Amino acid sequence: MAQLIDRRPNAKGKSTVNRQRFLRRYKTQIKKAISEQISERSITNVDGGESVSIPTRDITEPTFRNDQGGVREGVYPGNKEFAPGDKIKRPPGGGGGKGGSASDSGEGEDDFVFEISKDEYLDMLFDDLELPNLQKNQLSKMTKSKTVRAGFTNDGVPTNINIVRSLRSALSRRVAMGAEPRRRLRELEAELLGLQQDVGGDEGRRRELEREIEALRNRIRKIPFIDTFDLRFNNFVQRPEPTSQAVMFCLMDVSGSMDQETKDIAKRFYILLYLFLTRSYRDVDVVYIRHHTQAKEVDEEEFFYSRETGGTIVSSALEMTRDIIAQRYPPTDWNIYAAQASDGDNWNDDSPVCEQILAKQLLPQLRYYAYVEITRRDHQGLWAHYENLLAKHDNFAMQHIREYEDIYPVFREFFRKQTQ
Amino acid sequence: MSEPISTGAEWTFELIEQYHAEIEAIAEEYGLDTYPNQIELITAEQMLDAYASVGMPIGYSHWSFGKHFIKNEQQYRRGHMGLAYEIVINSNPCIAYLMEENTMMMQALVIAHASFGHNSFFKGNYLFRTWTDAEAIIDYLVFAKRYINECEERYGIDEVENLLDSCHALQNHGVDRYKRPNPVSMREEQERLKEREAYLQSQVNDLWHKTIPRKEAEEERERQPNFPEEPQENILYFVEKNAPLLEPWQREVVRIVRKIGQYFYPQRQTQVMNEGWACFWHYHIMNALYDRGKVTDGFMLEFLQSHTNVVAQPDFDSKFYSGINPYALGYAMMTDIKRICVDPDEEDRKWFPDIAGSDWQQTLDFAMRNFKDESFISQFLSPRLIREFKLFSILDDEQQSELEVTSIHNDSGYRYIRQALSNQYNLSMNEPNIQVYNVDIRGDRSLTLRHIPHNNVPLADTSEEVLKHLRRLWGFGVKLETVDADGEVIRTEECAA
Repeated sequence: MAQLIDRRPNAKGKSTVNRQRFLRRYKTQIKKAISEQISERSITNVDGGESVSIPTRDITEPTFRNDQGGVREGVYPGNKEFAPGDKIKRPPGGGGGKGGSASDSGEGEDDFVFEISKDEYLDMLFDDLELPNLQKNQLSKMTKSKTVRAGFTNDGVPTNINIVRSLRSALSRRVAMGAEPRRRLRELEAELLGLQQDVGGDEGRRRELEREIEALRNRIRKIPFIDTFDLRFNNFVQRPEPTSQAVMFCLMDVSGSMDQETKDIAKRFYILLYLFLTRSYRDVDVVYIRHHTQAKEVDEEEFFYSRETGGTIVSSALEMTRDIIAQRYPPTDWNIYAAQASDGDNWNDDSPVCEQILAKQLLPQLRYYAYVEITRRDHQGLWAHYENLLAKHDNFAMQHIREYEDIYPVFREFFRKQTQ
Repeated sequence: MSEPISTGAEWTFELIEQYHAEIEAIAEEYGLDTYPNQIELITAEQMLDAYASVGMPIGYSHWSFGKHFIKNEQQYRRGHMGLAYEIVINSNPCIAYLMEENTMMMQALVIAHASFGHNSFFKGNYLFRTWTDAEAIIDYLVFAKRYINECEERYGIDEVENLLDSCHALQNHGVDRYKRPNPVSMREEQERLKEREAYLQSQVNDLWHKTIPRKEAEEERERQPNFPEEPQENILYFVEKNAPLLEPWQREVVRIVRKIGQYFYPQRQTQVMNEGWACFWHYHIMNALYDRGKVTDGFMLEFLQSHTNVVAQPDFDSKFYSGINPYALGYAMMTDIKRICVDPDEEDRKWFPDIAGSDWQQTLDFAMRNFKDESFISQFLSPRLIREFKLFSILDDEQQSELEVTSIHNDSGYRYIRQALSNQYNLSMNEPNIQVYNVDIRGDRSLTLRHIPHNNVPLADTSEEVLKHLRRLWGFGVKLETVDADGEVIRTEECAA
């Protein structure tokens, strides 16, 4: 007799280890592929995994093999018109003489394309990175409470009555309270029946029995259908939960000096930041604030692609951020992040103001403020004033980006795992 | 007539047991000698897992298996690839995996095909009997997995991974093609493991102690006998025994890869026979079930549809053509042998005087036990089949601008085609003939391989990479010489120390 084994419930993904080994080995290539694809994603599109393609030549497993050429003879099925001695033109794509399938071998240099899951994608993207101040944040943020079910209680408000449980306990109480009288009743009825059949029965005893039966019936009848004692209530308690919402302010200078390339670089940076935040927070709001001499809250499309001209006053955007936080995102409920991208231009008298607003008003409320300066020129006034902030505020960071290639390293620099 | 075992498409464990019992009874009447069966139900995902690890239920971890898994999974998801209905493992008990998606008919078919067809082939065929040990393979794989795991813990994943990469590159050249190996045995392996580590190292030390490199006159070196004295085809074995710098654990890993390669070697040599034998028997068993009223007409139609697909041979110019289908050829040959035994005509009597009219079960059993693909074809491919398949042979000579049709399915071509087809299944003709030729034990310790091209077929340019891997195993420079028919070196490839 055969042994029949159901393996289906066994742990799936026996190859998971091997798959991880594969990803581990080709980490460099995969990371490269991922960073090339970043520009094609919208900031908030992080639901899917990613299709990654790495060159096949990197992952071949070489063996000693025969190449095309030399003298070889093959046998094929389905001869139709050939006779011995016939000459056939060599089909393109190498020898072998396999009419139809010769092209298969010719196209072996395709890339190896495969899907990685969202988690794997993000892991690759944020390898070794850590959300700033996360630890501290989670400890201090146990403020938000959430109502959760917590079983049943015997008292509560009428709206919370659990009907099924209440009736169930009423029923069991009725059964319990009636059990003894009913048993007694059955005994007496049996005795009465005996007396009635016995012609010379004891008349006094019979009457006594009837009276007693009547009393018992009354007693059973009087057991209440439902009693306050039976009522059961759904119980709810408030449980403190670490807040899982974050808001990310994207600040960008759109004055005439910012060209499309600079904006694209900024976009990539924001995508990274958004992806990064969604790793740690369930809900992430994004607020786009663009500014020249005045700040304006806009949607993503307008943020990146509409053109503006004019001078630059950075403090206008900072003030707007402060106001929006005050109106919509109380820091007790929200983890607030802000990232500012600029080419470094600012109206000179404005830079000290920016420093003041950040130091006094914004930074105390923010988890993290990142400033990226995207320019190939030298730093200007804003950079110098921001540098003053660095020493005093560990939730403030600034970096300089020159080229596309800088984005990722700079991003990593911002969020590098904080050493103890 | 009895009641059919089942009427619906759904399978249950009880039904599988009933079918198995019926099939077992039929197989016994046909005289199939099998290992006990172990049937395991798995999901499609688990099937993909099994694919990735070349069908073995337990394997050590390596990125290349992950790559194959990802590749198969992609194709499967996109619908480019169907999954096999079963995988069967040459072990005792014989483990067959059945996919849960299969219908009841398919499960019965798979049981007949794998648990009795392949199973009896594994047990009977001489290659499997000599080269593999069905009793021990599972234990050996468990041992290998654990050993490699331990190595990873002790020496780091990267170290082990690099070593395995190098071994895999040479796995096809890690088999003894002619010499009979000792069957793998779990207990012995473990008992001897410690002993062997020490012994291997002492052997190697011995060889190299006496050979501290020193400058010698050219002519004196000429007089040195080659080491090894005879060229050796099993490169991995040579490395395991003689590589100067390998640690004992590294030698053990080389050995594991070599042993597993060796274990699969018979499968690669008997594809046509093995599949043909299994198809032949599932066909007979299913028909016997039908004749006994155990299955319905619908069941039979579903079976025939599936069977026909499996054993179909598209023509060379069809878009479905991808070489000769081993199922089609094998099944046709097995069926044809039966026909020659039961109902021979003049031609058969002339071509197969020994078997025409003999007992077909005995003849088939003999064929199954004593041949591999190449000898099986050169022995049993009949003119009738050559006509049925309309086989023709084409000579592709690099020197000529055109291909030549050398023979077709006619009187003068039968023998030629039979030989050509047999050659096509001769692994040693299809894999480059590369042997360990010499080690410069008194000089720079470099290893020289010799490639003897068959019919001037050149080596693919992957050889450069493979040499790097061999260089890693050997520890010193590695050279690959290609020699012509006269033994003259015509090309040298080198991977310096």
